[in-house]
Amino acid sequence: MNPKLTRRRFIKGVIASGVAAASTSLWYSASGQNRPAGAVERLLTINVNGQSRRVDVAPQETLAHTLRYKLGLTGAKLGCNRGECGSCTVLADDVNIYSCSTLTHEVKNKAILTVEGLRAADGTLHPVQAAFIQELSPACGFCTSGQIMSAVALLKSNPRPTRAEARQALSGNLCRCGAYDHYLNGVMRASGQLS
Amino acid sequence: MSSHDVMPEMGLYQPVSVEDAVGLASQLAERGWLVGGGQDTYGWLKDRAKRPEVLVDLKGIESMRGVRETADGIEIGALVTLTEITRNPLITERYALLAQAAGRVASPQIRNVGTLAGNVAQDARCWYYRRGLNCYRAGGNLCYADTPEGMNREHALFNTSRCVAVSPSDTGTALVALEAQMVISSSSGERVVDAEDFFVGPNLDIRHMTVLRPGDILTAVRIPAKWANAEFYFEKVADRNVWDFALVSIAAAMRVNNGVIEDSRLVAGAVQCTPRRLTSVESAIRGKARNQETADQVASLAVQGAQPLNFNHFKMPLMENLVNRAVRGHA
Ligand SMILES: Cc1cc2nc3c(=O)[nH]c(=O)nc-3n(C[C@H](O)[C@H](O)[C@H](O)COP(=O)(O)OP(=O)(O)OC[C@H]3O[C@@H](n4cnc5c(N)ncnc54)[C@H](O)[C@@H]3O)c2cc1C
Ligand code: SF4
Ligand code: FES
Ligand code: FES
Repeated sequence: MNPKLTRRRFIKGVIASGVAAASTSLWYSASGQNRPAGAVERLLTINVNGQSRRVDVAPQETLAHTLRYKLGLTGAKLGCNRGECGSCTVLADDVNIYSCSTLTHEVKNKAILTVEGLRAADGTLHPVQAAFIQELSPACGFCTSGQIMSAVALLKSNPRPTRAEARQALSGNLCRCGAYDHYLNGVMRASGQLS
Repeated sequence: MSSHDVMPEMGLYQPVSVEDAVGLASQLAERGWLVGGGQDTYGWLKDRAKRPEVLVDLKGIESMRGVRETADGIEIGALVTLTEITRNPLITERYALLAQAAGRVASPQIRNVGTLAGNVAQDARCWYYRRGLNCYRAGGNLCYADTPEGMNREHALFNTSRCVAVSPSDTGTALVALEAQMVISSSSGERVVDAEDFFVGPNLDIRHMTVLRPGDILTAVRIPAKWANAEFYFEKVADRNVWDFALVSIAAAMRVNNGVIEDSRLVAGAVQCTPRRLTSVESAIRGKARNQETADQVASLAVQGAQPLNFNHFKMPLMENLVNRAVRGHA
């Protein structure tokens, strides 16, 4: 993705959501609901793909929403939005989670990694990405970024998994095309166990 | 940017101490909703089937994390995730039953954030109720599952009372088998409830699955040394091995001496609204050899008194076979 474009989208996103924020707080004060003091601050600085990103986040907002619609990071897909498919998988402090089923405020102190943050500065793909291409792992590709992120999480904690361990680690990622074995081949290749 | 997050607008608090959380929870009462990992919560909210106004995220409370040794066993913080339970050496070495049960919950990503408290406090998974229909459990006056056309293959065999939903928690069965105790804080102090009494059926309270009430916070789960390093058996049968809830599960802890069963706890999941202790099987196997012969003699006791619905008769042989395996000690 063009980094300039991403940045421009980001700025646009913050401006757009800032408007939304103002109207929300007006609504709350107008509706006069008595809430205990000390609710969360909306303006957050979160660490996404190694960068600090300042963004206005509603209390109930999901991480998938913040990433996709405020930070322009659409690599995490929304399949089911209910924790039942895995296409929204991202890492929080190296642990794979469903971004559709996580509030951004819950992970504001963690390092978020999405598929956009995997390649090196010079554009070299992450070994998992390269291996998935070589093994022709994706079919339609919708589940791919989620499969990649689960594979990356696995290899961070277990650099040479068995095929059974890889199958278990990727079991929270559905593939509608049924390309599971191709993804597993990719994981084995990325971990240097397939030549 | 015309996309909308499907989460409804609501407030969020992130207290860092149990006292603050108890204060918030009792002040908010019915308007508040506690969040551990949120994995049972967000579906309710997105579907508008439950409408709390304010979320209280407990994850900032340090004292509710970690696994500690106590004078009599271990204490697991309520916020410990299911993944942590599958990896913590105190649990995997002494109470492998719980680690096995936790490892069978949902999917890796859900286990990575789902907490032990959230797992035992989760609500019924009956699809009519989840859909937001106004059934008995939701405060209405009929049960959609217990009708001639009702889809009830996942529902209960025992102890139904208007509602026929089953206990969804995989760790719940293991905790009842291990004689765990639940530590609950509220504005009136701390109380400790046996896991067996923590879960409640519709005959006692049709609106709640546990004794927890608004203002209560489960802070820890204690497991006594009594069953440490016992012989364990856990098996869960579900339609798919990932995501799906148990059709029937079995959790067993046994003390076996020279091949003879001295003491045991057998608990079945997903056959009634609470984890079901199989006391008739427990007493029938006491003093018997742990082998196939004993298993064949006692397994049918497990399903005595079952009252199947239209589509869940299959759970009876399933339950019997799981009990058989648990008694003989292998799949
Ligand atoms: C697709 C899918 C599949 C699933 N499959 C399974 C499965 O196979 N087996 C299974 O057992 N579960 C399953 N679950 C249910 C559930 O999400 C997990 O069990 C998880 O452990 C819930 O924990 P949590 O911390 O995320 O819960 P939360 O959503 O945070 O909380 C659940 C409930 O407990 C209450 N609560 C949370 N913490 C506390 C506390 N400390 N004190 C008092 N009340 C508290 C909350 O208010 C809420 O009502 C599944 C869920 C999904 C979405
Ligand atoms: S089984 Fe219980 S939760 Fe399901 S429809 Fe009947 S009353 Fe409601
Ligand atoms: S979109 Fe998050 S799990 Fe399906
Ligand atoms: S490649 Fe099509 S869903 Fe997985």
